Amino acid sequence: MPPDPLQLSAVELVHAVRSGDLTAVACTEAFLARIERTNGVLNAFLAVDREGALARAAEIDARRRSGKPLGPLAGLPVGVKDALCTADLPTTCASKMLAGYRPPYDAEVVARLRHADAVIVGKTNMDEFAMGGSNENSAFGPVANPWDTSRAPGGSSGGSAACVAADMAPVAIGSDTGGSIRQPAGLCGITGLKPTYGRVSRRGLVAFASSLDQIGPMARSAADCALVLEAIAGHDPGDSTSLRDEVPSYTRALDKPLTGLRIGRVPEHFAAGLDPEVARGVDEAFAVFRQLGATVHDVRLPHAHHGIPTYYLIAPCEASSNLARYDGAHYGHRAEPGKGHRAEPTNGHRADSGKERDGAAAFESPLVEMYCRSRAEGFGPEVKRRIMLGTYALSAGYYDAYYAKALRVRRLIRQDYLDAFQTVDLIGGPVSATAAFPLGEKTGDPLAMYLVDMYTVTANLAGIGGISFPCGFTAGGLPIGFQLQGPALAESLLLNATDRFQSLTDWHRRRPPLAV
Amino acid sequence: MAAAPSPADVAAPGSFTTIIGLEVHVQLQTATKLFCGCPTTFGAPPNTQVCPTCLGLPGSLPVMNRHAFDLAVRAALALDCTIAPFTKWDRKNYFYPDLPKGYQISQFDLPFSSDGFLEVVDPKGAFSRRVGIIRVHLEEDAGKSMHDEAAGTADSRIDLNRAGTPLCEIVTQPDLRSPQEARAWLNELKLLLVYLGVSDCNMQEGSLRVDANVNLHIPRPDGSVAKTPIVEIKNMNSFRSVERALAYEAARQWEEWQATGRELGSAPKQTRGWDDPAGVTRGQRHKEESSDYRYFPEPDLVPVRVSADDLARARAAMGVPPAGLRRMLAERWGISAYDADVLVNQGRELVAYFEELAGLVGEGKVASNWMQQDVLRTLNERGGTIDAFPVRPAALADIIGRIAAGDFDTSRGREIFAEVLASGRTVADVVASLGIAAVDDDALDALCRELVAANPKIVADVQGGKEQAAAGLIGQAKKKNPNVNPGKVRAKCLEIIRGL
Amino acid sequence: MSSASPSLSRQDVAKVALLSRLALSERELDHLTGELSKIVGFVSQLADVDTSAVEPLAHPLDAQNVFRDDVVTPSLARESVLRSAPRHDGESFLVPAVLGETGAA
Ligand SMILES: [Zn+2]
Repeated sequence: MPPDPLQLSAVELVHAVRSGDLTAVACTEAFLARIERTNGVLNAFLAVDREGALARAAEIDARRRSGKPLGPLAGLPVGVKDALCTADLPTTCASKMLAGYRPPYDAEVVARLRHADAVIVGKTNMDEFAMGGSNENSAFGPVANPWDTSRAPGGSSGGSAACVAADMAPVAIGSDTGGSIRQPAGLCGITGLKPTYGRVSRRGLVAFASSLDQIGPMARSAADCALVLEAIAGHDPGDSTSLRDEVPSYTRALDKPLTGLRIGRVPEHFAAGLDPEVARGVDEAFAVFRQLGATVHDVRLPHAHHGIPTYYLIAPCEASSNLARYDGAHYGHRAEPGKGHRAEPTNGHRADSGKERDGAAAFESPLVEMYCRSRAEGFGPEVKRRIMLGTYALSAGYYDAYYAKALRVRRLIRQDYLDAFQTVDLIGGPVSATAAFPLGEKTGDPLAMYLVDMYTVTANLAGIGGISFPCGFTAGGLPIGFQLQGPALAESLLLNATDRFQSLTDWHRRRPPLAV
Repeated sequence: MAAAPSPADVAAPGSFTTIIGLEVHVQLQTATKLFCGCPTTFGAPPNTQVCPTCLGLPGSLPVMNRHAFDLAVRAALALDCTIAPFTKWDRKNYFYPDLPKGYQISQFDLPFSSDGFLEVVDPKGAFSRRVGIIRVHLEEDAGKSMHDEAAGTADSRIDLNRAGTPLCEIVTQPDLRSPQEARAWLNELKLLLVYLGVSDCNMQEGSLRVDANVNLHIPRPDGSVAKTPIVEIKNMNSFRSVERALAYEAARQWEEWQATGRELGSAPKQTRGWDDPAGVTRGQRHKEESSDYRYFPEPDLVPVRVSADDLARARAAMGVPPAGLRRMLAERWGISAYDADVLVNQGRELVAYFEELAGLVGEGKVASNWMQQDVLRTLNERGGTIDAFPVRPAALADIIGRIAAGDFDTSRGREIFAEVLASGRTVADVVASLGIAAVDDDALDALCRELVAANPKIVADVQGGKEQAAAGLIGQAKKKNPNVNPGKVRAKCLEIIRGL
Repeated sequence: MSSASPSLSRQDVAKVALLSRLALSERELDHLTGELSKIVGFVSQLADVDTSAVEPLAHPLDAQNVFRDDVVTPSLARESVLRSAPRHDGESFLVPAVLGETGAA
């Protein structure tokens, strides 16, 4: 009797498909059925490609039967964050602005997944344009945390995290600009890796903040992440910021013993604000690493506490420019003339004369009106807030005080890491200050929401890699996440250390008691 | 950078000096766009030379075209600019439908080159001007928006084929002092860029665009100088328009100054568009906020470092610029500066033709005369390029050589040139078919003796000291045998008469 | 920038909204004025960091001189280009009249 695909790891699934123990079609069907049962509750997928996925799976099976070679992800169902372009599926970034938008090309990562014979089952929900830490900023509704559906899964890759946690797909692709892979992975009890900036091509990833964005794998274990990263990492001549360094075999470096590994612990991480239950879980994780032969040392990251204000200048500045293209001219949402906001008086857009027609505010031209109204209708509140913030911080007279200042602090933050990695190999700590928080808890307070990324943004600012994985549960049954950060291109070590941790613990094997 | 004004630059009381600076955009002669592989061919149907990158589609990324960067460096070197060892690109943010990303990738605070000059010398000596270059930078072009009012539609049409085409922006110091100088300088710039293969500088196709900044310096009786507000003129679509627009604008500013006395600083810089058919500049609407471009470093591109080796290689690949070529031709072939100017201004291919010809003929002045009087004139009449010109240097040198050898005279040589041009046959062939065979010495001797015997009046005149009378014998000789060489006839006849 | 929290006026926010091409209702404008003031006040804490000897770091990569060859690659078919356009005439994108607007060079 063939194995139950939902019970297998990604590594086992691929092995089963390649060996013929399981057909790719059976595997795909099992996950599609699971998606059908759970998506109504979780809203993790914005689009499911049932037909495409099954056709692809059948094609892979046919190739196997005829003895042709199969790729390293043969038959592996993958959920792809809706921020990655897919030529055969809508790509919306969870924004009304791009509702129904179908790109004419595949993102490089999507192309590599297809090339590796993965089966893309659908596009996962997210915070609009990846801006948010709870997935509540999706124009198509929030995602529920599979561990407690009244709570947020984290964000912005909340759909990808929830779909893996709920067995809707064995692996998913996320993107991480300030913590958007690691934080939801932590809140959903899965493993998520943000690689070094430039390790994975950004081509086809809808840009949020170009100098911070990075795509990475989300899965149940480090071993599964390694399998996927190996397939998607590597130089892309179409991305000028893609690293040329050779991709090592991540899957083969997993079981190296950790004897002598030096792990840094940042005392400031345990200051006020860190939930005591989370603190305890994190400390227990350090104990596990000691048990594995690693040593733990206190290290200082003196500027890390400036991470959030630095990030909330740099990211919105870049975003304000990256999102200028959504103006209703060439694609995406365009406001209907003479409807919507027109009857509502608008600020500052009046022509000098101030004359108004039919009670509608006069814009200086029909074109400016189309721009302003299309963008007002197409973007949600958080996206507007960040565009406004970035535009303000880059505008004449403020550039030096805000944007340039943040870039200087960014260098200090990166230098802290370079210094710390002189004495330790990796740095460990919490992913977020609390376990999953209730939906709606922070939606009224943007600043409180911004703070959810306080332990993760510094890795993006420095361009280094980080991995998040479960290290315990709260009394209320919510996963607690542990984060490891490493120097540039230390993905092998991050995955190796996590895999060793997971060889001694079974937090990552727990499944949410999801009633569907 | 600008040199101290020469006396000629300082206006006499009651007049003014026109101060002109130019901003030139040239499209670089690459096969593909600056950041994507779309072709840059002019005239393709709308929106057929576009891809995710130049459409600014979500997720698309730019990668710099190496050839575009090399061409830009070549242009900057030819303009004597300093090449920055480190350069980066910035985003210039503004909304416009021909700009699909909502920003233009350009260069702001660290352009790849700055601080150069290009001199223009009037070959007739009317002026000589060294114009400082403030900066040259590399940026992407926008698409085209078209509004057809006649079609009665409220919409504009957007074609993004041009979006992303590589552009060099060249900004000069306000060193030009007249509309004529501005036109001449632009001609020199165009010549330079075409010579170097940087751009075809075709203004009709928009591959060279010029904006001009102009104001007047007006001396007051007390010795101080009044400066009129600077006006930027746009929409000039030929060098002739530039000259006309500047002349119009100088006159307009003079009148306005006399009427209002308004000076620089009393009003923001005004933009005026040139209306060519009407021959006037018109004020354009100015948007206050549009000037806040919120430049910041383009995070999708990495900076470029240029090493000394890179520069040496770029210089080696550059070739001799027009100014150097003029000097070289004058020196090597002993032709006048004016002649060198005429030849060089026709382009590198024509200079190559000339040099080959002069080498074969062994005499620059003669070769230059033939180039200007025959080759260039014919080329202008027939059109086409010198490379496709049917009379190749070797053939022309053959004709010139035969004239020098006394085989026939220059006017006969021109007939042969015309026949070679028309028929495409060899010189030898044409000479033979026209029956132009050298007349042998015995035949010449017989003919001359016959003429001397038949013209006692001329003989008497010559014997009386009027040697020019022998010309009458030459005319008769040519009637009897068109192939005779006039010089030889003359010499032979004089010899016979002296021996009488 | 001083460490005193700068606050944004309604007029500042209206100006930024126009620069951002976002039509805001009066209510949204009021709301955003408060929110942005708070956020700007928060990020202004960076003013207290001594960065006098620190160069800006715009990008985490040290890479430079990334080029591609000047080789033509296929462009998109026009129908796939215009497929997503809100308005087009089969050849070009259509947008409300650009007359009266001055595009920058
Ligand atoms: Zn293109």
